[in-house]
Amino acid sequence: MSTPRAMRQSFALRFSSGAFLAFWCLLAAFPIFWIAVMSFKSPVDAFADSAWDVITGPATRANGDGLSIIDIALGVVVLFFAIRWAFTKLPALVRQYCPPGLIVLGWIVGALVYAITFVLIFFGLLPLILGVLNSLLGPLGTPVLGMTTQHYIAVWGENEFYRNFLNSMLVTAGVVTISLTVGTLAGYGLARSGSDLAFWLLILALIFRALPHSVLVAGYLPVFINSSEILAPIFGEGAPTLYGQPWAVIAVLVSINQPFTIWMLRSFFQNIPAELDEAARVDGCSHFQAFRRVIMPVMWPGVITTGLFSFLLGYNDFLVTALLLDAQNQTMVPAIAGYFNRETTTTDQVEAVAAAVSITAPLFLLVMVFQRQIVSGLTAGAVKG
Amino acid sequence: MKFKTFAAFVGPSVFMMLLFIAAPLVSVFIQSFQVTQPILEQIEVETCTPGFLTQTCTTEIKTVPVLDEAGKTVTATRWVGLQSYRNVLQMDKFWSAVGNGSWNQIMQIDFWKALRFTLSFTLLTLPLVIGVGLAIALAVNNATRSIRGPIIFISLLPFIITPVIGSLSIYWLFVGDGILTAMMERWSGQNISMFAQAWTIELLMYFYRVWHVAPFAFVIFYAGLQTVNMDTLESAVIDGASRWERLRHVIVPHLMPLIIFIALIHLMDCYRVFDEIVGFRSQAHVISLQWLTFDFMTPDDAGNRAMSRASASSMLTMIGIVLLLIMPLRRTWRDHKGSAH
Repeated sequence: MSTPRAMRQSFALRFSSGAFLAFWCLLAAFPIFWIAVMSFKSPVDAFADSAWDVITGPATRANGDGLSIIDIALGVVVLFFAIRWAFTKLPALVRQYCPPGLIVLGWIVGALVYAITFVLIFFGLLPLILGVLNSLLGPLGTPVLGMTTQHYIAVWGENEFYRNFLNSMLVTAGVVTISLTVGTLAGYGLARSGSDLAFWLLILALIFRALPHSVLVAGYLPVFINSSEILAPIFGEGAPTLYGQPWAVIAVLVSINQPFTIWMLRSFFQNIPAELDEAARVDGCSHFQAFRRVIMPVMWPGVITTGLFSFLLGYNDFLVTALLLDAQNQTMVPAIAGYFNRETTTTDQVEAVAAAVSITAPLFLLVMVFQRQIVSGLTAGAVKG
Repeated sequence: MKFKTFAAFVGPSVFMMLLFIAAPLVSVFIQSFQVTQPILEQIEVETCTPGFLTQTCTTEIKTVPVLDEAGKTVTATRWVGLQSYRNVLQMDKFWSAVGNGSWNQIMQIDFWKALRFTLSFTLLTLPLVIGVGLAIALAVNNATRSIRGPIIFISLLPFIITPVIGSLSIYWLFVGDGILTAMMERWSGQNISMFAQAWTIELLMYFYRVWHVAPFAFVIFYAGLQTVNMDTLESAVIDGASRWERLRHVIVPHLMPLIIFIALIHLMDCYRVFDEIVGFRSQAHVISLQWLTFDFMTPDDAGNRAMSRASASSMLTMIGIVLLLIMPLRRTWRDHKGSAH
């Protein structure tokens, strides 16, 4: 089918729309790309005022850290094949070796194995081979692009950023599992009940969604700090102090996330025809059995999408975790704020940049893998009202 | 569905929301009328220093906190009525500043400064987000099918990035002689520092927020554009409508519910602007209402948290939310009643 003549566009319009898109893509990607570049340079280069110096990194190269043309070429080739393999062969392998019921678990294991192999090859094997190649090849083997991983080593090794990483993982994993468990039940109930009460619950959730988080934290803080005294009559001596406990923060974040979760899951459940569970009910299932046996197998797309957004909330949160966790249990995002306070030298600044890139990298992978689910999640709430 | 089954399904969720959202609200409301302070007592202390012939002794009256057996300070909670609100609002200063007609004096009071920024931030970014989002959606809809996927991927990056990190990434482009500041200096021939005065920081914050939220608007508008009725569009062409008229009279009305949805979400999210303040480290120049509460709650050098002032300022923030939501809620209520009859 060809476009009708009247709908065809003039060259000028097509050109300007294309140019606008190109400009937007540049604008969208540039800051993220740039901090990634900065994090691999020595401080002098990272904060140089000419963009070319930041990219090529003369000072970093002068320190003896750099990549030769061979390094870059081989690295790009390996990266290309690694990514292609992940999208073409990996899904089939996971499906082949995984028992049918546990596909989610299979994916998690598959992704972990893949990530470890990739790190071993890319950062273990490749430098060894390239070291030999560079010394053999002479002019092609001399470094042309300054690049150093020292800031990452400093951040993850000396500053023990992996602790914050593990805390972040604990908090996000808790938030995702609990909010999905609680949320799917509520979302299903709300989608299948047309009562006034369901309507008012949804409106209440909408109001709760609008609340600034600082308002809620102002309510928790005194209670959490004194909780061992407040809870003592119930739990006796062993009453915990909630302040600084990751699981208390998980509970808080799950509740803050609940309004959004139930709205989103409800709109997904409304797309699943009600005839499906009515059929199950006719066959003698109770509501819970219908939910477990009939709805659960078909609800995964919605649950994965909602899970992604819960993940983002837990992972990106600054305010709640900064106020309710103490220094030992700090997650990544508030921990990076710690860099500002002791940010005295430019090395510290580049280390903060490296930490920021480390926080962004998992999100980047997430968009890469789950782009379609994120888009469908964004539109699900809006288009269906 | 019977009420009992319904209650069993939604029970856990409602329980969590009541315990962690509704209960804190009530307790914040109560806290805002109370002040908790350590009990102080005045004791006479005699300090003696060895001197020639006799000791030199001085007695002075010291104020010290009362300690209990465990060695902790004893605190007392008093009802102070609206005192905390007065401390936050500082109405006497406000009125005297209004009397002088001096805008700058009003802006020296933290609360009014934060309110001014929060409101202008919310209202200025709203049209920008909708405009930019719509423009990207139209442009992508115009592009060849094969490049749409990668463009959506790139567009999602600013949306998905941690807000604090996103604002930091822009901060690092401009801080000191960052490359973009250096570029602007080369063009203008003057010395520019983006983080020395309030208005440049604010501009960067507006830019960041539009950069961060426009992808969300884009994705939603893009999905909406797929369902535009082609017949209406073609009949508009036959009627001789220009491209611009088609946009105004066919496409925008079709997207209107989505525009309202985005506006509502954006108002809610912008009103609690917070992460930008942390990322741009702008607390000396620009603060927002939520940051004000956060600041009251962070322990000061002596380790005290100003909880009652924090509660008062969060209750004042809440009033804004209520005003913001009254309109849409009244509409939903009318729709609901309309559909019931």
